[in-house]
Amino acid sequence: MSINFDSALGIHADALRIRSQRAELLASNLANTDTPNYKARDIDFQSAMKMAASGQSTGGMQTSHVNHIQPSSAQFNNPAVQFRIGMQDSLDGNTVDEQVEQAQFMQNSVQYQASLDFLGARFKGLLSAIRGE
Amino acid sequence: MSLFNIFDIAGSGMSAQSLRLNTTASNLANADSVSSSVDQTYRTRSPVFAAVLDDAQQGYKQGSVQVKGIVESQAPVRQEYNPSHPLANEEGYIFHSNVDSMSEMANMMSASRSYQNNVEIANTSKQLLLRTLQLGQ
Repeated sequence: MSINFDSALGIHADALRIRSQRAELLASNLANTDTPNYKARDIDFQSAMKMAASGQSTGGMQTSHVNHIQPSSAQFNNPAVQFRIGMQDSLDGNTVDEQVEQAQFMQNSVQYQASLDFLGARFKGLLSAIRGE
Repeated sequence: MSLFNIFDIAGSGMSAQSLRLNTTASNLANADSVSSSVDQTYRTRSPVFAAVLDDAQQGYKQGSVQVKGIVESQAPVRQEYNPSHPLANEEGYIFHSNVDSMSEMANMMSASRSYQNNVEIANTSKQLLLRTLQLGQ
């Protein structure tokens, strides 16, 4: 039996990737707290995970010409990205709730670290299997 | 790697908020400025923020914030009859700036809180990245 990294790492690599995308999205929400008409966005982790687990392509924007602008990140290329329904929208049309976003960012970073620890443990397991200790 | 983009995003947020602090400082410094004509009177300045959706040519990252420009308030300036003032015009009027100190103070607090938020985000991302670098060690 050969060592297969995909099966050895399990879902944690995908989870880590989605967590980091979510962190980016939450950071852009917080950077745009005072931007008129900005709508807060978030990733639906469950459906993003399902899509990653089923190996489905993201189904996002496709470019058919070299001159088409490539989206620089996965933010707009990910169907799991959805708009957050604001609790109290402001007059300028902005739906970012700083407290909610900060709490979500904090939660997301803890979960990111948890995924990191899981991954680290998997690597340790692989290492000890390789060394045969 | 998405976490690297956060530095651009939080950085754009910080620079936008520091520009807002700058305009606030300028407004507060000129709160008591007077002039001898309506046109020369200092008017409250405020930045216009816009989200960057896709501006690959400009090198902005998606989700960043950019300052579209600085607009001057069109609120009427206060005119005062004070013929003994050195800046009074022929009719004896001077014109005060339309800066509202109270709303500028509130603006300043909001800007500094948002700035702190962005710093916090950049710090957290840095820690996450550093821990990612140590993965498997």
